[in-house]
Amino acid sequence: MRFPKTVVLPVIWLLLTNAAHAARIGDLTETSITEQALRFFTFSDPSLRLALLGCILLGLNCGLLGGFVVVRRMSLVGDTLSHAVLPGVALGFLWNHTKDPLAILIGATLVGCLSMLTVSAITRTTRLKEDAAMGLVLSSFYAIGICLIGMIQRLPSGNKSGIDKFLFGQAAAMNGHDITLMAVTSGLTLLFVTFGYRGLLTLSFHRAFGESLGLPMGFLHHAMMLLISFAVVTAMQAVGVVLVSAMLIIPPATACLLTDRLHRVLILSAIIGIATAVFGAFFSFLGSNLPTGPFMVLAGSLVFTMTFLFSPKQGWLTRLWRQQTQKCRIERENTLKAMYHLAERYGFREEGITLLELANTRREPLEQIRQRSDDLIRQKLATLTEDGSMLHFTPEGWRKASAIVRNHRLWELYLTNIMQYGADHVHDDAEKIEHVLGEDTVRQLERRLDFPQTDPHGKAIPGARDIHAAIAKPNLGKPTGY
Amino acid sequence: MPDLLPPFDAHRVFVAPWTTDLPTYGWMTLMAFLVTTACGLVGNYLILRRMALVGDAISHSVLPGLAVAFLISGKLTLPAMLAGALGAGLITTFLIEFLHTRSRIKADAAIGITFCSLFALGVVLINVFASKVHLDAECVLYGELSHLALAEHSLGMPVPVLVMGGVALIVVVLIVLFYKELLITSFDALLAGSQGFAPGKMHLALMASLSIVIVAAFESVGAILVIAMLILPGATAQLLSTRLPICLVLSVLHAAVSAIGGLHLSLILGCSMAAAVVVAGTLLFGVAWAISWMRQRARTIVSDIHAVVS
Repeated sequence: MRFPKTVVLPVIWLLLTNAAHAARIGDLTETSITEQALRFFTFSDPSLRLALLGCILLGLNCGLLGGFVVVRRMSLVGDTLSHAVLPGVALGFLWNHTKDPLAILIGATLVGCLSMLTVSAITRTTRLKEDAAMGLVLSSFYAIGICLIGMIQRLPSGNKSGIDKFLFGQAAAMNGHDITLMAVTSGLTLLFVTFGYRGLLTLSFHRAFGESLGLPMGFLHHAMMLLISFAVVTAMQAVGVVLVSAMLIIPPATACLLTDRLHRVLILSAIIGIATAVFGAFFSFLGSNLPTGPFMVLAGSLVFTMTFLFSPKQGWLTRLWRQQTQKCRIERENTLKAMYHLAERYGFREEGITLLELANTRREPLEQIRQRSDDLIRQKLATLTEDGSMLHFTPEGWRKASAIVRNHRLWELYLTNIMQYGADHVHDDAEKIEHVLGEDTVRQLERRLDFPQTDPHGKAIPGARDIHAAIAKPNLGKPTGY
Repeated sequence: MPDLLPPFDAHRVFVAPWTTDLPTYGWMTLMAFLVTTACGLVGNYLILRRMALVGDAISHSVLPGLAVAFLISGKLTLPAMLAGALGAGLITTFLIEFLHTRSRIKADAAIGITFCSLFALGVVLINVFASKVHLDAECVLYGELSHLALAEHSLGMPVPVLVMGGVALIVVVLIVLFYKELLITSFDALLAGSQGFAPGKMHLALMASLSIVIVAAFESVGAILVIAMLILPGATAQLLSTRLPICLVLSVLHAAVSAIGGLHLSLILGCSMAAAVVVAGTLLFGVAWAISWMRQRARTIVSDIHAVVS
């Protein structure tokens, strides 16, 4: 991969100045924002390196699993799990009164599984729907967790346990053991997704089909739930109980707006997950003592908002803009078509079309027709005479106008001759489709209709020769058809 | 584990709260009851409309509303809080709608994205700008009923209790006034629309009152426990009855029992009372679940016997 020079130079400069700053890493006095940023990017602080590694693993793990979560419409399952594992975290702590990551992972995973079982038991045996069941399990498990944490904090060992860091997340609180555990669970996820991709794809889009093929859908589903609870529990230290579900939802939702294929969604969401996690860590590091989780989520929602607005295919603003340009194009084409009809009515004399006639045909005020003709002139589709009363086609304008009229008449013919519509029912349909018919479809239509000369109303269909010959001799002669 | 639980003392746990410590614990229990009642009544409708998780979303996003209200007005007065919460609630509803109608994002992901982002924004705002107020992060997550003891009194009762009582009263009055409209829009929005009941407006009104209830309950029970207060009473009641009026009465009953149960539970366990109220409510839900399960079993057995006899 090649980096532009503008990126490489500052990085080299940072690495060179590294030595000068290494001396002041140890002391935790108030430093300015730029110095903090410098410390972050020089990676000279060992605890910072660990935290950063943790963030990268977290982003990868949550991003990969989140892809499936979002595609399967289980977003709020992550939310439920992340709140409901709290008692498990507390129980894991009680196991030997230290923050042993393995004990916490086991406790939290067990409680997470229990919570999911409770949700499915409630929906199966009662009238309550899944959303109510999830909300119920989420909040009551959480309350039990809060009770337990309250009791733990009264213990002599619990006071300085740092168990409260689980609530909002502090990436800096992670130690080597946590990172090892994260690496192991992320590795498991990576293996699972790589080797089970086919099955997971089927599970995500058509579970019943997978079952009919004899694929182990139930196994894959449960294995995925297990991995999700691993991911939630390990990420919790850095992001916090409340917001960890965001890491499962926001990066994949962003990826879904950028691409259509599941494997690309997964890769993109892993990348976005890593980026947001690192940025979150960076911003929280700038403020030296701020919780990491909220900053990660905010970084993620910033990326999401930008994608939502400006994504090339799915973006809201890009789509609005596309609709607007499309509308303008259709208006332009309708004006050209009206001009063609007028020229046709006068037997294709060499004279232009007066604006007044155009206004009469289109039944619009003259003022609006002036605007439309200005638009055509700007697009170089027509020219206006000196006195501003008559429009002439340019070669390009003539080509477009005849193509539109051809599309319209071909479609009318297709509807009457092949689809057996009444001749008086075809105009409105053709009025819409003339703007979207592509060249390939037109060729097909011509072949199906055996290169016709006239439309159902007896008017000549401009053929390829009219359209292209006109480039040399615009505005001349009657269309000759095919 | 002996040191995990405070030493058990029947007098301290069961007698003292109702005699010598009544001024403290009485208000706390009343507050818990009022919070659970107001939330539970609104929650009944949320469950019927399958919007339980929208309640979850609004309870999180009230936080940035409060933070912004604080930043603008400089202090947390009641009108500022209410305005902030109302704004936040309506913005949340709007954003969720906007995200999932204007893109291919599904409703569940839209809910998740909206409330996580807004909650994160709230936490950051509080941490960066407003760390000096009592609206601290801990309070957001646990809620603290015992803050009542420090609250100012007016009209002979602590101000938060007064406010919560007012909100609960408003909720009851609104439900009585608009009972028919709420009923029909909750069960069949299309029919309601054809009869001229404006389901869209009822939806917005419900969201608005939900945000007000949540903000009033916020300080006492925190952002997440309030979800339990919203869902538990209604869910418990709807397991026991299929009639809406009975469900509403049952959820008030649930609120009362879980508030008193929570008081004693918190004294036995020595933990936060808000959480203990929820745990007591969960136990009640468990009992209701068992009852409804047994009733179902009994019904199948009876119908089996009928089948055999005939």
